[in-house]
Amino acid sequence: MARIELRDLRHSYLAHPAGDADYALKKVDLVWEDGGAYALLGPSGCGKTTLLNIISGLLTPSEGSILFDDVEVTDKSPEQRQIAQVFQFPVVYDTMTVYDNLAFPLRNRGVPENDVDARVRAVADMTDLTAMLKQKAAGLTADGKQKISLGRGLVREDVNVIMFDEPLTVIDPHLKWKLRSKLKELHQRVKTTMIYVTHDQTEALTFADQVVVMHEGWVVQQGTPVELFERPRHTFVGHFIGSPGMNLMPCELADSVARVAGHAIAIEDAPKTPPHGDAALELGVRPEFVSFVDVDEGLPVDIVAVRDTGRNHIVETDFAGHRVRALVPEGMPVPEGRAAIRFDPAYTRVYADSWLFE
Amino acid sequence: MSAKTTNQKAWLLVAPVVVLVAFNAVIPLMTVVNYSVQETFGDNLFFFEGMKWFEEVLSSERFHDSLLRQLQFTFIILAIEVPLGVAIALAMPRRGFWASVCLVLMAMPLLIPWNVVGAMWNIFALPDIGLLGKTLNAMGFDYNFTRQPFSAWATLIAMDVWHWTSLVVLLSYAGLSSIPDAYYQAARIDGASAWAVFRYIQLPKLKHVLTIAVLLRFMDSFNIYTEPFVLTGGGPGNSTTLLSLDLVKIALGQFDLGPAAAMSLIYFLIILLFSWIFYTVMTRGEDR
Repeated sequence: MARIELRDLRHSYLAHPAGDADYALKKVDLVWEDGGAYALLGPSGCGKTTLLNIISGLLTPSEGSILFDDVEVTDKSPEQRQIAQVFQFPVVYDTMTVYDNLAFPLRNRGVPENDVDARVRAVADMTDLTAMLKQKAAGLTADGKQKISLGRGLVREDVNVIMFDEPLTVIDPHLKWKLRSKLKELHQRVKTTMIYVTHDQTEALTFADQVVVMHEGWVVQQGTPVELFERPRHTFVGHFIGSPGMNLMPCELADSVARVAGHAIAIEDAPKTPPHGDAALELGVRPEFVSFVDVDEGLPVDIVAVRDTGRNHIVETDFAGHRVRALVPEGMPVPEGRAAIRFDPAYTRVYADSWLFE
Repeated sequence: MSAKTTNQKAWLLVAPVVVLVAFNAVIPLMTVVNYSVQETFGDNLFFFEGMKWFEEVLSSERFHDSLLRQLQFTFIILAIEVPLGVAIALAMPRRGFWASVCLVLMAMPLLIPWNVVGAMWNIFALPDIGLLGKTLNAMGFDYNFTRQPFSAWATLIAMDVWHWTSLVVLLSYAGLSSIPDAYYQAARIDGASAWAVFRYIQLPKLKHVLTIAVLLRFMDSFNIYTEPFVLTGGGPGNSTTLLSLDLVKIALGQFDLGPAAAMSLIYFLIILLFSWIFYTVMTRGEDR
C-alpha cells in the first residue's frame, strides 16, 4: 500500500524530442492517495497507457520522477515496485491450472507452500474462482481469465497498487457490469490503491472515487464524477463526459457580463478580471442545464431537431447560428418552431483558450 | 434442380487439380504398386508374384540395416536441430537492423541447392585439402570421412544441422514474434525468472510451430538423398547408406524393379505412420 506521487513527468518515445508535439506525456503532476479507487479516462492515444506503464515501471519516463510513499522508485523494476497489472487482453499462463496461475507470483518470490495455499484459496474465494482451481487456465472464458489476472494481483499482500488497462475490452456486455461491480466490491474489501484506465466514461464514473481525465498528453482535470460533470476545468472534459456533451459557443466578456451574439447571459460568480487580450472565449453549458421558458423571457432559438432517447428528449436548437442542445425529461412538453431557452446561471461557465476561466 | 447445376460446375473447377494430382501423384504411385507385385524381365515381360517382394524386403537384413541407419540419422538430427533452432531464435534480436541481418543470414543455407550443399561439405571436409578436414587433422584428430564410418556420420550430421537448423529457427522466430508484449510484462510483474518465462510463456506459445517444424524435419530427413549421395555416396562401406540411397541402388543400380517398388511403398508407409504418431502425440490434449 502506498501513496503514489508523480512529479513533473514527461515522456517521449523519440530519442531526441524537439517540441511538445513529440511528447506522449507533456507534463503530469499527480498524487494518488493510498487506498483510493482512481480512473484514468481519455480517448485512445491520449497517453493514458504510457502513464500507466510508467507507474508500473515497464517504461522509464524521459523526465520527472515517481515516488511511492515519498521514496523515489523511478529507476526501479516492476518487480521491485510491488505492483500488479491487469491487461487489456487476458494474460494467463495457458499450461498451468488456475491454482498454479494464482500461486505463480508467490512461488516466484519463494513464499513457503503452506502460505501460498492459504493465500490462493482466499483469493479464489474473493474472485469466485474456487470451483475452477483445478482446471487448465486456457479453458476459461475471457472474464474468467481476467479474474485470474486480477487474482494474481490480489494474491500478494504487499502490493502497492493494482492497475487495470481497459480490462473489460474483451468481456461480453452482459458480464461487464458484473465484473465491474465485483471490482468495486473487491476494492472496498482489500483497500488497495486501484488505478483503472479506460476510454469509457461509464466505466470510469462508476468505478472511481476520483477520475483523472487526460487529453493529448495533458492531465486536464482530476476530480470526483460530480465535479467533472458540474465544473469541467477544460472544454475537453465538458465535451468528453456527458451524453450529449457540453454546449460551447464563442462569447465576449465585459464587466462581468458574458454576451453571445449580443445576448447577455447571466452567470453566477462571473469572472471579475477581464481575460488577456487575444484569448479565445467560449461559453459552456451542459444540455442538462438548458431549459425552455416563455418566448418573451429567454434567448430566442429555432428548434432544429428532436431525438427521443427513451428517458428524455434531446432538443437541438439554433441559437444565433450556434448549435445548442437541451435535454427535456420524458413527460415534459417539447416545444416546436420558435422557442426561448435559459441557461442555469449556476452551471454556466466561461472558457478562455479551452481552460475554465474563473 | 439449380443446386445440382451448381454442383456440377464446382466439379469442373476442381477438375484441373484432379488431373494434375492424377498425373504427378496417383498414376506414378499406381505404377509403383503395379511393379511391386510383379516380376519383370526384358522385352516387357511381367509375371504376377503377389506379396513375394514385400515379404522379401521386410525379411531382408539389408533393409533392416538401412532402416535402422535412417532412424538413427533422423532422431539424431531432430534431437540437435529442434533445441538448437529454438535456442538461436530466442537469442536473436526482436527488432531493428540486426534482426534483419540475422534473418537474412539464417535464410541463406536454405537457399543453396541441395547438391551444392553436399559438394561444399565434401570439399570442406576433405582431410588433405579441405579447411575442416585439414584443420582437424592438424589439431591431432584422426579424421577421414571417406574411410572412417564415425567421421562420415559426424560430417553427415554436421552438414544437415548446418543446412536445416535455419528452418527451425525461422519457424520458432515467427512463433516468438507473435507473443504479445503483455505476456512478458505480466511475467516481469509476477517476478518470473528467465527460465519460467521460457517454460510457461514461450514454449507453450511455440507448441504449434514446433509441431510443424518437427514434422517437416522428420519427413525431409527421412527422405534425404542428395546431400549424402554427394558427400559420402553411402560409404565407407554401407555405413551411411540411408533408406533412399539403398532404394536407388536397388532400383537403378541392380534394376530390381519389383523389390524396389515394394520397398518404396513400405518406405512411404513408414513415413506416414511416424508423421501420424508425431502429430498425434504433439497435439494431444487439445480440445480446440
